[in-house]
Amino acid sequence: MATAEKRKFQDGRGEAKLDRRAVVASLLADRGDLLVVTGLGSSAYDAMAAGDHPRNFYLWGAMGGAAMVGLGLAFARPKERVAVLTGDGEQLMGLGALATIGAAGPANFSLLVLDNRHFGETGMQPSHTAKGVDLVGMAKAAGFAWSISVTREQHVEELRERLQANVGPGFASILVRADEAPRVLPPRDGVEIKNRFRRELGFATI
Amino acid sequence: MDAAGQDAETSASWQDELFECLLREKIQQVPYVPDNGHAHIIERAHADPSMLAYPLTTEEEGVAAACGAWLGGQKSVLLMQSSGVGNCINMLSLINNCRFPFLTIVTMRGEWGEFNPWQVPMGRAAGPAMELMGVSVRRVDEPNQVAPVVDTALHDVFSSDQAVAVLLSQTLLGRKEW
Repeated sequence: MATAEKRKFQDGRGEAKLDRRAVVASLLADRGDLLVVTGLGSSAYDAMAAGDHPRNFYLWGAMGGAAMVGLGLAFARPKERVAVLTGDGEQLMGLGALATIGAAGPANFSLLVLDNRHFGETGMQPSHTAKGVDLVGMAKAAGFAWSISVTREQHVEELRERLQANVGPGFASILVRADEAPRVLPPRDGVEIKNRFRRELGFATI
Repeated sequence: MDAAGQDAETSASWQDELFECLLREKIQQVPYVPDNGHAHIIERAHADPSMLAYPLTTEEEGVAAACGAWLGGQKSVLLMQSSGVGNCINMLSLINNCRFPFLTIVTMRGEWGEFNPWQVPMGRAAGPAMELMGVSVRRVDEPNQVAPVVDTALHDVFSSDQAVAVLLSQTLLGRKEW
């Protein structure tokens, strides 16, 4: 194996096998009242491909902010579950949030990183996780109640159950192939997505 | 009472008034990066059962959290020092694009009686930087202005969907003694 390849798989999880679209579709199937915040880029397209939903809030920018939007939401909605769905690049920009979430510890919060080890939206440059940076270990060290690596299909169902349990804060890094699936664009009018989300929860828009 | 004692009393009193404003507006989340000028409010927020105060590793986290809180039906106020304003710039596009109501209370450094030159650049840029990103800026220089300015800011933010930064000036907070 070439040196570059060795470095690539240094995180010990081997070659990525999971298809991001299939994983997200099964995680969001029968979602109940699950509230979902996505990071910008591929993870937003994956959530949209699984079916647009008024309980989805999609970021189109504000890179590094998805997890913290989810945290503010989880505090506000303690009786519901909140899942943040983002990518490795987006989360790497908000690593401090792991500490903030670990310290704050809301049980109804999960952070799911679709880790393709690349910055997919900008030309597939290898990301830090391609060099072995261990997000699962970071979340564990930050005090998340659970932090797991998902590499095979049989783990996905278990993860889906964890999202619905109230045992967080939880973290999962889902190792997905670095495919470029067709873009399925979520609505990008921020005011509309915000207002739709609030209306769904029974709040006035202002 | 000596001068220092009076200062301490004045300081505690405007901080209590500020906190009462947050209570009246039913603020439920208070994310913060600490500063001495906010210390009393942070302490009271932690002690109050109607609020959740939580520390951030960087101020931009609080901008994002404010959006999440509002999505879930809660009001929040972000506390930071002027040096943190620069950390928020790109995250403020979230406020701007989605027109989230947003209030931050910023304790100023680097503008008056400053010993540490490293505080000066961001102290000078804090107000203009907020304005560049679409957050309107209101300054408070005197203790008796704190409650009226914060009350009005809360009203404007949550009743007319605005983004506001209230800057608590260094003349109000006093010099940091070294």
